[in-house]
Amino acid sequence: MKIGVVTFPGSLDDADARRAAAVAGAEAVALWHGDEDLHGVDAVVLPGGFSYGDYLRAGAISRFAPVMETIIKRAGEGMPVLGICNGFQVLCESHLLPGALIKNHHRKFVCKDQTLRIENNTTAWTSDYDANHEITIVLKNQDGSFVADEATLDRLEGEGRVVARYLGNPNGSYRDIAGITNERGNVVGLMPHPEHAVETLTGPTTDGLGFFTSVLKAVVAS
Amino acid sequence: MSTDTVSVAGNTPEVEQPWAELGLKADEYQRIRDILGRRPTSCELAMYSVMWSEHCSYKSSKVHLKRFGEIPQETPAGKMLAGIGENAGVIDIGEGYAVTFKVESHNHPSYVEPYQGAATGVGGIVRDIIAMGARPVAVMDPLRFGPLDAPDTKRVLPGIVSGVGGYGNSLGLPNIGGEVVFDPTYLGNPLVNALCVGVMRHEDLHLANATGVGNQMILYGAKTGGDGIGGVSVLASETFAEGGPTKRPAVQVGDPFMEKLLIECTLELFAANVVEGIQDLGGGGLSCATSELASAGDGGMRVSLDKVPLRDASLSPEEILMSESQERMMACVTPENVEAFLKICEKWDVQADVIGEVTDTGRLEIDWHGERVVDVLPETVAHEGPVYNRPYSRPEWQDELQADGAEKLPRASSGAELRDTLLKLVASPNLCDKSWVTDQYDRYVLGNSVLAQPEDSGMIRVDETSGLGVAVSTDCNGRFAKLDPYTGAKLALAESFRNVATTGARPVAVTDCLNFGSPEDPAVMWQFTEAIRGLVDGCKELGIPVTGGNVSFYNQTGETAILPTPVVGVLGVIDDVTRRTPIGFTAEMEGHQLYLLGETEEELSGSEWAHVVHGHLGGRPPAVDLAAEQQLADILINASRDGLIDAAHDVSDGGVAQTLVESALRGGIGARVWAPDGLDPFLFLFAESAGRAVVAVPRTEEVRFTDMCTARRFPHAKIGVITGDTLDVQDQFELPLTELRVAWTSTLPSVLN
Repeated sequence: MKIGVVTFPGSLDDADARRAAAVAGAEAVALWHGDEDLHGVDAVVLPGGFSYGDYLRAGAISRFAPVMETIIKRAGEGMPVLGICNGFQVLCESHLLPGALIKNHHRKFVCKDQTLRIENNTTAWTSDYDANHEITIVLKNQDGSFVADEATLDRLEGEGRVVARYLGNPNGSYRDIAGITNERGNVVGLMPHPEHAVETLTGPTTDGLGFFTSVLKAVVAS
Repeated sequence: MSTDTVSVAGNTPEVEQPWAELGLKADEYQRIRDILGRRPTSCELAMYSVMWSEHCSYKSSKVHLKRFGEIPQETPAGKMLAGIGENAGVIDIGEGYAVTFKVESHNHPSYVEPYQGAATGVGGIVRDIIAMGARPVAVMDPLRFGPLDAPDTKRVLPGIVSGVGGYGNSLGLPNIGGEVVFDPTYLGNPLVNALCVGVMRHEDLHLANATGVGNQMILYGAKTGGDGIGGVSVLASETFAEGGPTKRPAVQVGDPFMEKLLIECTLELFAANVVEGIQDLGGGGLSCATSELASAGDGGMRVSLDKVPLRDASLSPEEILMSESQERMMACVTPENVEAFLKICEKWDVQADVIGEVTDTGRLEIDWHGERVVDVLPETVAHEGPVYNRPYSRPEWQDELQADGAEKLPRASSGAELRDTLLKLVASPNLCDKSWVTDQYDRYVLGNSVLAQPEDSGMIRVDETSGLGVAVSTDCNGRFAKLDPYTGAKLALAESFRNVATTGARPVAVTDCLNFGSPEDPAVMWQFTEAIRGLVDGCKELGIPVTGGNVSFYNQTGETAILPTPVVGVLGVIDDVTRRTPIGFTAEMEGHQLYLLGETEEELSGSEWAHVVHGHLGGRPPAVDLAAEQQLADILINASRDGLIDAAHDVSDGGVAQTLVESALRGGIGARVWAPDGLDPFLFLFAESAGRAVVAVPRTEEVRFTDMCTARRFPHAKIGVITGDTLDVQDQFELPLTELRVAWTSTLPSVLN
């Protein structure tokens, strides 16, 4: 079982995502933005960071990376893809997920331990959590406020595609949304960072590990 | 305009040159003429003016800084692999690892343009670390501002904090500690110090030099622009004057994305073994990099300045030499490795251009479109600048200041008064919760942050298998240093040393950032020499070397100098980071016994209590006993290793009261405490005697712990037990943690939001 983690220029949490995959028991594979080959991985993580400096719009340039072409195609075929923070922004820019992420409503970068409720535990990345499981993981971002038009938000809610919701909205996200999934449940975008909560020594909890153990099961099952 | 070439200069000795505008003194200009045997070209003048500036040449501090060489250059963990004079000091921490760390100032730019000044301060120190061959693993930022409620603080503080965060967060470096201190003397002159820690294998160490005739000099990274011209000579080496011209264009503008690419690219270049020597371009830009690399090498260097890629094609050669555009590095590469070098740069989308080569002339020769504009001995630029033995004398007011002790001021005595005093102190700007600042910094990235602020020191795991790690703390109480700069510097060292030890790490090395007023003021110069004397004596006594650092002078507005602020960073090593000791009292520690280690004296001068309650600064700072600090550190480190303590927190600003409040609020559990026999409750709570810590001992380990203290004849007193949801000072008052938390956390948001 191989989990690939893409490194874009300006990716920051790529090594952390690889470590989390390894802690969960997977083989972590480093993928390069300029290489369209996924090197046989079974799932992909788009990690946090400021790809290309995010000077234009977070994730706006990364979606055009050669590796994204393959990922978009494979995601359409059902391969699990998790976009964390900047990765979530890339997924929205790639139209694998609806909506957009804009600057936090308080206009500051924020780094804190944040509690979320897992509202959909049927995706490829959340099946190891109980329904309505409350987890505390790391939130750190500049552009973390999830926005979409009302119709899209209603559709996400109606189809059960809100994967995680903030308890105490830290950034102005509409309807407290922290993470969403596509119709098929294989592509998940999450603003907070599960990869920073996999070891008690360095994280606030180990609550984030479930994302990585979930995908192991999803891949084995498929 | 025709080019001012070397031959033109030789034939036109009478030309008037703008040496004064470039920050040179008349005798310094004459010295340049004497060295060259002619007038300098305009390019040479630009180079000398930059490199002979206070910031680059350390001309006022050099004679005193030499004293750091008296300290034995061994650390308790092993050898020092590189020391003062390199981009950053490097020490052996065992298991084949080496650590490099250094703190630098970026004070003046941050006052002029807070965001960019602070951002590029982080960028500069990070490049120093990568130039040594190390991967940067953490940053810390000791910051100092004017009064919290001053209007200008609302301009300066948010900008500086978001600059530190904006740059460091974008590099993916955890910010694990630092300081936020307020004092009126920093109002027109905030301090932005930036520290970076890097880790490498021993064999990856690289020193900055350009050797090997025929080797190619490659400039890589960002293009050169017009920003930061005169940054070191005009900005950092003069005081600000009312009504003077705006100095904003002298501040550099940072691009953290480029720096992130530069980090990864440089580490890959080192790993591929295609680099002979490397240097970052920081203060002094190309003038500094070319002259320092050439003088550290064995030959000369020839550079074609017109090959430097420019953001602005209209820049003159003088401006190119002086520009402090960020995110640039210069490497010395053998001809056969040039192609591989350029290929790695291309992979990372980093521009790289061969701009010169190493020669056997011993001279630094720079051409501009085929005409020679610089022909100098590089060491005359880089190292043989003027050295001043500036006059210094103990100021007349020092006696009066020291005679005015805070011990005579009225104190709270009843329980209710003590309670009010504690609440007032907890909510005061220097003691209150700093989350408003530190929540803007990423402390988790890289996944190795074992401890981060508000812990006593930041701690980073170096090896995931063995658990080897390093801890770093920075400290300085400028009020103590004002009262007695010698003792104040020792106290800063002692506090930083103690903060590393309370987390369970063994302190091994020091870096310092010496922030002072104008060296042209004999009183300031006296403070400076006294602080150095204190640090040298202190480091000798503790057996740890100074591995590098930085001096920042001219931190004053008009006649008012800042508090002397010798910020001391201490680095410690811990064999197994899982043994680290945090500060917080947690639910699992309910019933643990609290011990106060060390002696509490009637020491209130310079304290937060005197500052907050009485607005008073006078008297003598607390006594410092480094032998006792060493003993305390040994106890804390051994107790951590043997599992005798589950929490420890040093006692410093605000006294034991503040220590207890921070530990209780950190972990969410309260304590019932009492003053040890014979100690007045007020002094127990608020005295700031050095050499103390509060530790939480499990009942099962109490005998072993007290036996260890007794065997070492170290003062220890049981002062309470962890329990409940209040801070209960027996027979005096009881404060709910909820009330303490509100008082502690409200201050910064209420002013800054």
